[in-house]
Amino acid sequence: MADTSQPKSFQEIILRLQSYWASKGCAIMQPYDMEVGAGTFHPATTLRALGSKPWAAAYVQPSRRPTDGRYGENPNRLQHYYQYQVLIKPSPPDLQELYLGSLEAIGIDMALHDIRFVEDDWESPTLGAWGLGWEVWCDGMEVSQFTYFQQVGGHDCKPVSGELTYGLERLAMYVLGVDHVMDMPFNDPQSPIPLTYGDVFRQTEEEYSRWNFDIADTDVLLRHFEDSEAECHRILAAPEVDPKTGKRIVMAHAAYDQCIKASHVFNLLDARGVISVTERQAYIGRVRALAKACADAFVTTSAAGAAA
Amino acid sequence: MPDLLIELFSEEIPARMQARAAADLKRLMTDGLVEAGLTYAAAEAFATPRRLTLAVEGLTGESPTRREERKGPRTDAPEKALEGFLRSTGLKREDLEARDDKKGQVWFATIETPGRKADEIVADVLESAIRNFPWPKSMRWGAGSLRWVRPLHHILCILSENGEARIVEMDVDGIRSTDMTTGHRFMHPMRVQVHGFEDYAAKLKRAHVILSAEERAETIWHDATQAAFAQGLEVVEDKGLLAEVAGLVEWPVVLMGEIGETFLDLPPEVLQTSMKEHQKFFSVRDKTGRIVRFVTVANRETEDNGTTILAGNKKVLSARLSDAKFFWENDLRVAKDAAMAPWLTQLGNVTFHAKLGSQAERIDRIAALAREIAPVVGADPDQAETAARIAKADLSSEMVYEFPELQGVMGEYYAKAAGHPDEVAAVAREHYQPLGPSDDVPTAPLSVAVALADKIDTLTGFWAIDEKPTGSKDPYALRRAALGVIRLVLENHLRLPLTPVLEAGATPHPEPEYHGDERFPERLSMEEVLSQKTGSAWAIGRSVLAFLHDRLKVFLRDRGIRHDVIDASLAMPGADDLTLLVKRAEALSAFLTTEDGENLLSGFKRAHNILRQAEEKDGVEYSFGPDPKLAETNEERALFTALDAAEERIAPAMDAEDFAAAMSALAGLRAPIDAFFEAVQVNSDNQMIRRNRLNLLHRISAACLAVADLTRIEGG
Repeated sequence: MADTSQPKSFQEIILRLQSYWASKGCAIMQPYDMEVGAGTFHPATTLRALGSKPWAAAYVQPSRRPTDGRYGENPNRLQHYYQYQVLIKPSPPDLQELYLGSLEAIGIDMALHDIRFVEDDWESPTLGAWGLGWEVWCDGMEVSQFTYFQQVGGHDCKPVSGELTYGLERLAMYVLGVDHVMDMPFNDPQSPIPLTYGDVFRQTEEEYSRWNFDIADTDVLLRHFEDSEAECHRILAAPEVDPKTGKRIVMAHAAYDQCIKASHVFNLLDARGVISVTERQAYIGRVRALAKACADAFVTTSAAGAAA
Repeated sequence: MPDLLIELFSEEIPARMQARAAADLKRLMTDGLVEAGLTYAAAEAFATPRRLTLAVEGLTGESPTRREERKGPRTDAPEKALEGFLRSTGLKREDLEARDDKKGQVWFATIETPGRKADEIVADVLESAIRNFPWPKSMRWGAGSLRWVRPLHHILCILSENGEARIVEMDVDGIRSTDMTTGHRFMHPMRVQVHGFEDYAAKLKRAHVILSAEERAETIWHDATQAAFAQGLEVVEDKGLLAEVAGLVEWPVVLMGEIGETFLDLPPEVLQTSMKEHQKFFSVRDKTGRIVRFVTVANRETEDNGTTILAGNKKVLSARLSDAKFFWENDLRVAKDAAMAPWLTQLGNVTFHAKLGSQAERIDRIAALAREIAPVVGADPDQAETAARIAKADLSSEMVYEFPELQGVMGEYYAKAAGHPDEVAAVAREHYQPLGPSDDVPTAPLSVAVALADKIDTLTGFWAIDEKPTGSKDPYALRRAALGVIRLVLENHLRLPLTPVLEAGATPHPEPEYHGDERFPERLSMEEVLSQKTGSAWAIGRSVLAFLHDRLKVFLRDRGIRHDVIDASLAMPGADDLTLLVKRAEALSAFLTTEDGENLLSGFKRAHNILRQAEEKDGVEYSFGPDPKLAETNEERALFTALDAAEERIAPAMDAEDFAAAMSALAGLRAPIDAFFEAVQVNSDNQMIRRNRLNLLHRISAACLAVADLTRIEGG
């Protein structure tokens, strides 16, 4: 039975989403332990959307978008924020209804609000991925991305995964009726030590905004980019059979970590304003080449459903 | 006769695709039904966010039986041939008929294809329509392989006749047809049985779905303008937005809200762009043109009459606008305190194109070129240079990073904030113009100078690095730039010989790498080769000019001027002065539509042809002045007189660029030329007379060719 009461804090909304999607059969996973720009980058989405094996996962993913830093001053822009991500393969026929159920679970009363599915074709040039779907609007606010993956890393998705991405801060601010993200209760305001989002993140938003925009050493970052790229290719170039164990071990995930790193470094360079429009395309192309190579490797693994 | 009702119910169809999809459904179905032998009285298609609907009235119940007669082998042909014939027709020997034919007795078969029930045909045609639907983008879902714009859930397909409806049975990848529709997603999420179109539309309305997109749009516009009017305000019209919003709702409910006081200082373009792009809000303005309210369209009614929805929308707007305000205030600081200098520095780090350098380098080139052009268009060179230097500064601003479509618009605000005079600031906005064939062309001299410099730098630059448009590929919008140059020159009546400007524009660009002759395929005349003009700037300028001429032809063709008329004008000196060129082409075009013009043309062609043939045969050029004393006939003498008179008028008219006068002078030659050809045999046996007459023909030809190259005109 869904809790029909209004949630009181940011974390309660996360907890309700977790239990809702757990009750719908998703494996509740943990955030990926690397800097990523969005929940999609988690291998539980990017790689698991590939291949024939059924999959159902939900998780919170801390995400970093250096260019969105506003020193903690903007009511709803952050360079570090949380996404909630659901990926189900194959997409179930009632995915829209399941999704709407999740909104009710966090206290959005469908009888009072205006929910809309507005065309938004999703494309990740860096992941070589695209899908069709919508941004979901609640009273004019985008609360989620809803996508049917068609291709990832240049591979056709067969079967198709349904992906849901919730921007947690924005959604929670809306549900909790908060105007400035930093004022949002992080835990229950009745707790012995009530904490707001600002108590937890104001300091870091300031620090990272400054670092992202002005301090990050672009020469070092450029080098990191080259290193990650080289390492990714090197990992994938290793022979499939591990001479030590004698097993076939294709290191798609290890290589993909390097792809994630390159992508994040690129975002940092972008925030430092040192990447021109034309160079941008070239960098994105290089990250895409890595993502594609990792996807090529992953589909040959048994985790993707390839014959052993 | 039965009526057909089809509804394809899916997850939300993108608004921009709905109208087209409804039309496609109608076309595919009616074409398919007719091809299968059915007829119908009327058909209408509808679309909502979740459904495509087609109602066909007065469909025939079945297709007619078709009889086809086929001729087979002769009766005395080998058995094998007969067997083959029987196999191909599916008949037995006793079904055949032997008849006499020209070549003897021949077997004839009559094949009868029985008519099919409408049900069967509808099912086939609909399945094929679904499987081959021309969505701009379609997708798969789940584990299936069917493609649709978004997952397809239900197919309603019924034939109704005499108040009774029956389901047209079909199954497309597991979706079975029914006689049920579905109401509004939230206000009536139930399945509803229907037995005909009227019933369907009425039940949908009760289930909070307005089927017709026009009706939804009308409701929205009516309610929005009423709400605004009641407060003495006016909704900013936006047809594209209205159509889009009508495609986002099945049950439109208009809500008007206030824009927070703190945001009213933002430029109206910013408010409008932000509200439209992000929120799909209409802007509502007061009598002074200030945008003070927004209109949003919800998809449902609520118990609290939209209070919660409106509050939510306002909050979202505030968040969006505080972003915009943040950009605006930061940008203004850079403009006011630092005169935009940091932006210009920043543009040094932004690559315009890998082979054409940074934006800052590009701006340097444009500024230098604007200086050169300024005097010709009546602008002050120093001011033109200043304006060019700041015109693109806003590309580094935060607002333009967020809303690229506001480039130039913001530049004007920021340039004013930086203390530049209005006419210099306006260049930031106007130098991008004209953006399309129907966009306004700037007229202020400063704006014209920089707009031309900008476009010419782009053209010569991409020419220098060999990135000319090919076929349908024009990634750098060079055709648009060329049309911009053409319209800037013509609509401002500029007398601007382009050759030196194009050369000046090409000079700072990288030296092209030559690949033999293929880069500059235009053949060089001996004169050009002998002149020292063989540098790359000259070659680029020449090639860009040829491109401009090509685009000019397209431009003038749309204005009803034939390509050969343009060619005839292009071949004349001063063709790089587009205003002069068009003046000549227009006069010639008008002249050729007159009877005099038409006849003169044939007279000219006759003279020219005879002359050319004679010159070819004799191997000499007959350009030596003819002697009137050698004239034998009155007609010949009259022609001399007429030529004297015409030439006397043509020369000053040409000097005054009065092409109409020059051509009317030519028109005076028409009768004497006609009479001359009527009475005189050019190829006389007397060689002296013949030579004199050929020289006379040359005079006719030369008089005409002084005005335009009539050899290029077709017909005559």
